[in-house]
Amino acid sequence: MNMSNALCVEKVHVWRGDRHVLQGVSAQIQPQELLHISGPNGTGKTTLLRVVSGLLRPEQGSVTWLGQSIAAVRTDYQAALAYASHEPALKGDLTALENLRFAVGLKRRISQDELRAALARTGVAACADLPARVLSAGQRRRVAMARVLAMSATVWLLDEPYTNLDAAGTELISELLQTHVAGGGLALVVAHHELNVSCTVRRMELHS
Amino acid sequence: MTVGLWEAFWLIVQREMRLSFRRPEQLLQPLVFFLIVTTLFPLGLSLQLSLLRDIAPGVLWVAALLSSLLSLDFLFKSDADDGTLEQLALSGHGLTVVVAAKTLAHWLVTGLALVLVSPIVGTALGIPLDAFATMLLSLALGTLTLSWLGAIGAGLTIGLRRGNVLFSLIVLPLAMPLLIFGAGATDRAISGTSAAGALYLLAALCVFTCTLAPFAAAAALRITLE
Repeated sequence: MNMSNALCVEKVHVWRGDRHVLQGVSAQIQPQELLHISGPNGTGKTTLLRVVSGLLRPEQGSVTWLGQSIAAVRTDYQAALAYASHEPALKGDLTALENLRFAVGLKRRISQDELRAALARTGVAACADLPARVLSAGQRRRVAMARVLAMSATVWLLDEPYTNLDAAGTELISELLQTHVAGGGLALVVAHHELNVSCTVRRMELHS
Repeated sequence: MTVGLWEAFWLIVQREMRLSFRRPEQLLQPLVFFLIVTTLFPLGLSLQLSLLRDIAPGVLWVAALLSSLLSLDFLFKSDADDGTLEQLALSGHGLTVVVAAKTLAHWLVTGLALVLVSPIVGTALGIPLDAFATMLLSLALGTLTLSWLGAIGAGLTIGLRRGNVLFSLIVLPLAMPLLIFGAGATDRAISGTSAAGALYLLAALCVFTCTLAPFAAAAALRITLE
């Protein structure tokens, strides 16, 4: 198995109606690397992340995971994947803990204690038993990050993970990213500002 | 460490049930609608028992279909709006399992509840006790089939702004056979003849949609997610 290019995006083209959003985008990410995707609004950063996640099929080009198309190894790939969209994707009527249980529980068997530990790691242990709808935007973002953490996935796809976070939260995300990458994981992060991390960061700027 | 298909299925069913019970008004709405519509008929028509019995199957079934449709429209909407549908789609189990679990859970809290209150309605419409078993069975099969049809419609119209009109246009014509055979079965049971033929057809429709609709609805959702 060729591990040198764990995740490989090759000449991906995506049209949205008449708009040619992604025009032959290519990228390679290896374990212990972080790809920082930036660029002005509307240049297809989120679209690229959705293509890499497999939610959106590109009109042309391919995304491969360990040398195989992600559609062919969908189950394995999704098991290795944690995707955090720019919405926190939480059910307002469920508690933070239940939200995590029903999302992470589909990926792997996980105990309540582990879930609580993940919530504690992102600084929202006190919110575990509160319905997500009463949480602040920042707290919700932290719960969403706890979900990514609890999935113990190899590939992290984070869309604007710093939104709504205070200074401590921003630092926390950088810290988590660093630990994840140092532990052999890889991450694609869409963010507008500089990532304050000490691991290998590749940069990719999308233009309109 | 990985989660099996059935385990994932039941986890999603649990999730849906918990969400439903956190919003009791959404559970009660179709039931109340069903009870009100069916009790309006005896009030609006003359109180001749024979007339009521003649129209009872039709009234019962039309009301059951419409009240089921009321809530089916939103089957995937809230998950699509808050982004949790994407998380479910990437859960590693495929959208077919997600759709099947969500639809079954939805039927358990709406369709089955409707079946359980139907004896009250049956009594109000003067349906004889002997016909209750057929009425319950036909409604159970009919509402389950409708849930699967509704899942396809909901999957197709989820991304549209005024999808609910289109939803009814897609699902109601498909529900016609249910109405015909369901009301037919109840009618035969009331008149004391065998309803087996209509019930078998309803069961066949139910098996047909149970096996194919999850795939169709998952395909529809996949397009919507893109």
